[in-house]
Amino acid sequence: MDIIFTGLLLGGTYALIALGLNLQYGMARIMNLANGETLVAGGFGAYWFWTGAQLSPLLTVFVVAPLAFAVNWLIYVVILRPLVKRAKSRGQLEVDTILTTFGLSFMAVGIMIALFGGDYFSYSYLATPVRFIGETYGLNRVVAFASAVLIGGALWLWLYRSKAGMAVRAIAVSPESARLVGINVPRISAMAFALGGAVTAAGGALVSTFLTLDASTGVMFTLKALIIVIMGGVGDIRGTVVAAVLLGILETFVATLIDPGLTLAAAYLLFVVILLVRPQGLFGRSQT
Amino acid sequence: MKGMDTKSLGLAGLVLLVAAGLPLVSDAYLLSIGVTIAMYTCLATSWALFSGPTHYISLATAAFFGIGTYTTGIGIEHLPYWMLLPIAGVLGAVVAALVGVATLRLSGVYFVIFTLGLAELIRQIITWGQNVSGAKGIYVLTSITEEHIYWQLLGLAALVFLGGFLIWRSRLGFAVRILGDDEDVARHAGIHTARVKVLLFMIPGAVAAITGAMLAPRYVYVEPSIAFTPMLSFQVVIMALLGGTGRLWGPVVGVIPFTLLWEAISGTFPNQTTLLLGLSFLVIVYLLPRGFVGLIEGGRARMRAGGAMA
Repeated sequence: MDIIFTGLLLGGTYALIALGLNLQYGMARIMNLANGETLVAGGFGAYWFWTGAQLSPLLTVFVVAPLAFAVNWLIYVVILRPLVKRAKSRGQLEVDTILTTFGLSFMAVGIMIALFGGDYFSYSYLATPVRFIGETYGLNRVVAFASAVLIGGALWLWLYRSKAGMAVRAIAVSPESARLVGINVPRISAMAFALGGAVTAAGGALVSTFLTLDASTGVMFTLKALIIVIMGGVGDIRGTVVAAVLLGILETFVATLIDPGLTLAAAYLLFVVILLVRPQGLFGRSQT
Repeated sequence: MKGMDTKSLGLAGLVLLVAAGLPLVSDAYLLSIGVTIAMYTCLATSWALFSGPTHYISLATAAFFGIGTYTTGIGIEHLPYWMLLPIAGVLGAVVAALVGVATLRLSGVYFVIFTLGLAELIRQIITWGQNVSGAKGIYVLTSITEEHIYWQLLGLAALVFLGGFLIWRSRLGFAVRILGDDEDVARHAGIHTARVKVLLFMIPGAVAAITGAMLAPRYVYVEPSIAFTPMLSFQVVIMALLGGTGRLWGPVVGVIPFTLLWEAISGTFPNQTTLLLGLSFLVIVYLLPRGFVGLIEGGRARMRAGGAMA
């Protein structure tokens, strides 16, 4: 019981991070391998505001997210759009974006090490226990989970109830046809990419309240988010949430019962099963 | 075999012979750089054999390398050294085949993601195994010197080149070239694409594992964080792409300058190596999409065109 709830809380924040990546890969069609660094940067922001100004991480989200939006929008327009334009095929674009975003990811790590040093950072925020059905949980985890649900819910509403959200979903299904019905594909792609970055950075600020981060942990989060996105189905919001919760529970299960050092192994186990059994994702339909 | 091929084979042999003379004339520092260059030549050239034509970016080099290092580390107590190298090769090829079977039927992204975490995955499992068994690192004490390692690596590099040369003109090489141009066409032409990719991926797997096994005596003390440095995978990718994967000799052209640059940067600004790595990726994508090979051949073509005009 304890494991399931802790896993659920962890999975909720994972879901938010993976939603960010899914916006970038599923909607804007850019496999952003620097996603984890956006998350760590968000965490750094929260840490910096907390230790510097005692500003609550929940408020920092409102600073970090617009900043990440702006930075990611710039990255898309300046660095990635020329690649989209020059690519002759989807495969060519994939290779180029993978290499470019790896480059960006390493540069981000290098810059963060130069700015903040390579040490682990953590801070104590709302580290008070709460009791729930006979077990105790950290309040920070519960608050982070609740915020993740709020942000995720707002995102869902926006995607499925607003006109702009519909445009984003349209380019996820087919960029070519979206153009035919008058959707400004380059603009909406840039927006989806930037929004994905903002969501991920918000997730980073929330995660930093209960996890210890350092400048080079980003890649682990990228990896987990990628596994979640693939498991849930590329471009599929509902699948992403379910997959994130599954991963959160499995990870907590392995960490408590076997060894905390094996969390990645747990994620990989899930990944291999998905690749072998349902490569199109949990709810995806197989492509013919 | 055409005259052209004999000439390039002869040239390659000559270069190898000159390279083999290095330990006779150089000091220890130069030799250690020589070992590093020879090591990356093996890794990058074998990497390009698979990733060049297929465009699947493999980040599994560190995983295979670590498997090899551990093969020597654990096996040296029980078996003679010379038996460990083939064992490492077989282990690397088997792991590569397993990874390939799971991912190579699917799109390239899945493969990249899977190989990205592979080294870390194996590292976690070995660390866990050590925690359970109570063992920590392993000492690899042998009488193998730096010179021996260097010559072994050169020998391996020669094998990789010869293998690449032979594969290029075999049915397998032909199949891979078609597959790299257009996978659908390849499938319709009756090529078993997944099998071809898995077979080819076993080559860098085996070579990287053997390289790791050869280098274990150099480390003396082996532990998971040394054997499975994820940076290694990225360095290999950069060197191979920087040189260019379109030609067999391409990766070497990238290995030599990048190793020297890396040595210089990590000597003076040790914290900025990640930044360098990041910048190199961007340079490759935006300025050198076909690597130095592309530059050289582009220049040659222009010269020829200029000559014809005159």
